[in-house]
Amino acid sequence: MSDELITADEMLTQIDHKPPGKGWMDTPVNIRKGMYCYASNPKSVEYLGLPNARPWNPMEDDWKLPDNWQEIVHNAFKDRLERFRSFKVFMDICVRCGACADKCHFFLGTGDPKNMPVLRAELLRSVYRNDFTKLGKIMGKLNGARPLTIDVLKEWWYYLYQCTECRRCSLFCPYGIDTAEITIMGREIMNLLGLNIDWIATPIANCYRTGNHLGIQPHAFKDMIDFFVEDIEEVTGLALEPSFNQKDADILFITPSGDVFADPGTYSCMGYLMLFHYLKEKYGLKVTWSTYASEGGNFGFFTSHEMMKRLNSKMYAEARRLGVKWILGGECGHMWRVIHQYMDTMNGPADFLEEPVNPITGTKFENACNTKMVHISEFTADLIKHGKLDLDPSRNDHLSVTFHDSCNPSRGMGMLDEPRYVIQNVCKNFHDMPANTIREQTFCCGSGSGLNAGENMEQRMAGGLPRANAVKHVHEKYGVNMLSCVCAVDRAALPALMEYFVPEVEVCGVTELVANALILPGEKERETDLRMEPLPGREEES
Amino acid sequence: MNVNYIFSLIVVLALFLLAYVGVEAAGLQWLFGVVIPYAAVLIFIGGFISRILSWARSPVPFRIPTVGGQGRSLPWIKPNPIDSPSSSGSVVVRMLLEILLFRSLFRNTRADLVEGDKLAYRLEKWLWLFSLLFHYSFLVVFLRHFRFFLDPVPGCVQLLETLDGFLRIEFVNDAIQVGLPGFYISGLVLLAAATFLLLRRMFSAQVKYISLSSDYFPLFLIMGIAFTGIIMRYFLKTDIVAAKALVMGLVSFHPVFDPALTKSVSGVFYGHLFFVCVLLIYFPFSKLMHLGGIFLSPTRNLPNDTRMNRHVNTWNYPVEVHTYEEYEDEYREKMIEAGLPVEKE
Ligand code: SF4
Ligand code: SF4
Repeated sequence: MSDELITADEMLTQIDHKPPGKGWMDTPVNIRKGMYCYASNPKSVEYLGLPNARPWNPMEDDWKLPDNWQEIVHNAFKDRLERFRSFKVFMDICVRCGACADKCHFFLGTGDPKNMPVLRAELLRSVYRNDFTKLGKIMGKLNGARPLTIDVLKEWWYYLYQCTECRRCSLFCPYGIDTAEITIMGREIMNLLGLNIDWIATPIANCYRTGNHLGIQPHAFKDMIDFFVEDIEEVTGLALEPSFNQKDADILFITPSGDVFADPGTYSCMGYLMLFHYLKEKYGLKVTWSTYASEGGNFGFFTSHEMMKRLNSKMYAEARRLGVKWILGGECGHMWRVIHQYMDTMNGPADFLEEPVNPITGTKFENACNTKMVHISEFTADLIKHGKLDLDPSRNDHLSVTFHDSCNPSRGMGMLDEPRYVIQNVCKNFHDMPANTIREQTFCCGSGSGLNAGENMEQRMAGGLPRANAVKHVHEKYGVNMLSCVCAVDRAALPALMEYFVPEVEVCGVTELVANALILPGEKERETDLRMEPLPGREEES
Repeated sequence: MNVNYIFSLIVVLALFLLAYVGVEAAGLQWLFGVVIPYAAVLIFIGGFISRILSWARSPVPFRIPTVGGQGRSLPWIKPNPIDSPSSSGSVVVRMLLEILLFRSLFRNTRADLVEGDKLAYRLEKWLWLFSLLFHYSFLVVFLRHFRFFLDPVPGCVQLLETLDGFLRIEFVNDAIQVGLPGFYISGLVLLAAATFLLLRRMFSAQVKYISLSSDYFPLFLIMGIAFTGIIMRYFLKTDIVAAKALVMGLVSFHPVFDPALTKSVSGVFYGHLFFVCVLLIYFPFSKLMHLGGIFLSPTRNLPNDTRMNRHVNTWNYPVEVHTYEEYEDEYREKMIEAGLPVEKE
């Protein structure tokens, strides 16, 4: 973490949720270091064929925009009003009741009034009123209308990249106004001016070319998995043989590449490998990984609907090429919103796949019969329910676990009980966080929607504050020491957040817990967990 | 002092004076009693419909409900059919609860930092309660006014009046011991709820910060309507028979121009009527359209079943993709070397 970052206590004492006396339209944007992500690398923008690739710096006055940028924005705005009812209705019907105001983690963590979802939306709505409504044109500022100036544009950029598209605000709004949807449109429009951030643009350029955000080429991808195979051998004494790009497989497995790359996601990745090995040995199920579709995540979603579709297309294309029956998806948040709410509409119908059935239990995944993609937690829960996994939960006895509902699987899918069921079957000590901070009301990790960079650490910590606060509560009350989740961005982001606010708590994926407990056929007596940490009470026995 | 509400208040007062003076001094009864009401109703209906149509014209490319509970998944996992509807029946229930009971607002909490470093969330139901009171008392007042539009007055309107008045007998007689003629609880509740919403806007720091004149204006206007109504009924003893004759003239398309009749109704009545007209005219162009918009909100009116049932995007267009062939062409050698299967050796 950077040296300049204020301490957690300083952050907490600084927060003031009372807005200043001066009105928001009269308060110019103040782009502050630590609160924004670096501008995109022009090479990535160019590779993707997105507009206005050039080096630029948000801290400089000149953002090097095309001369007719106002016209571009106006037309793009109009086009989206005509293509998305959500956008149009949400521009029109907010009554500014303020119910959403203190529901946003960024407002709670920063106290910046423009982080109230309603004001974030008003940043665009004010221009909408000016450009597209009669009353706004006549009444101007009195009616909350203002023309789009360069300062307004900068304000858009700053605050639309301070929204993680978590949709918590939308849950509380009496009309379901989804500020995430407005952020999505705003970012899409700004991308037409080349106003992107590098933490999003470069991963999508990588993903487009190599199949994953990290730019891992096929041979290197296999190498990395082979490292895990070695580690697993050390823990279990078994040499696994994962399959890649295999044509006669039953199931194609796709998960975010982040788990292949960095701890603690890697342990979940090992967990997947062990689970599939188990299912192959015991039941003959053939699961294959793809190097071409080696990314479950989709940062295209944080760029534009079109970019989302371009990246997502690989999933079905690869499933068709390999001739698998259906697709299994790993633990990831926004990946699952894309699969659940967008994929079939964008790139379907997947009529070349079969309606997913778990061949081991006979369960038909009716909820996925159209999209033909099943979540690993749904799949594992089904296996456990039918007693198909040999489990030794005591191997997780050193852990006291809580579960962070990621925004998208909860508010975008409604997947709340499956992961909890799995966790409670593989470890004994489980404690949920307070009701207002979990399930559909869950708080974001603070780093979603492509904001998990390094240069915006203050922003990420502020955004993660409500989540960390709830973890701290269960840590103090129940001695919770492990924060589990089903999201690769969480696994990348939460460790830093925990280190900042609750250093005693570590982060893991649910499948890591499963693999710790899973008894593989023929394995040796385990002495360590997947992190190579000794299992308490086991060292002496052996 | 806040320019947003001062401005709105002044406008509302000016509107009243306009009608009052226009009628009392300039004798413009025909304008305020006939022309403007007709125009207002036309603008309201036309504006409302065109607004709905303009929303409906924009397609719903993706099915994006905000899910508020356990989704339908494995057979033994209990779904929450209301907050995560997977059938159209459940969507209807979710929408009805949203529209009739303001279910999402009922969830409202208030976050506070306590003991310096703990975020605590308290249930905060006042906004929900007063919004509900506001809307329902407005509805009752509105329906009650049908006795001015219909002759004979239908039984259900009379029943509503009786209930509305009945509540007051219990209330006023016990508490204040003053017998007002047929006091309606709804009018008072409307005024009280609107006052709550106004004070909240003026004094709750966060809400004040986000409020625009267009948030204060309709509140003042509605308070003006309630206030003039109450004044007329309990203090000025307006000639109800004459007022009804005027309104009946309007609704039967035989407007009354008889000076004896139009002059016997006080200027306050015209102020009241003018307020209602302004509200009708203002409605379709303002946030008040949330009345229609909520029905079209894609995060609420769609089922959470996209993995189960296909949703079609009418403008879905082909995009540029990076195909497997292009990928293999770039990496074939490395793939072969690493022992990964390839299409073309
Ligand atoms: S809760 Fe909805 S209507 Fe109320 S201020 Fe927020 S977005 Fe607007
Ligand atoms: S979507 Fe999440 S981050 Fe964005 S405004 Fe709403 S609550 Fe805040």
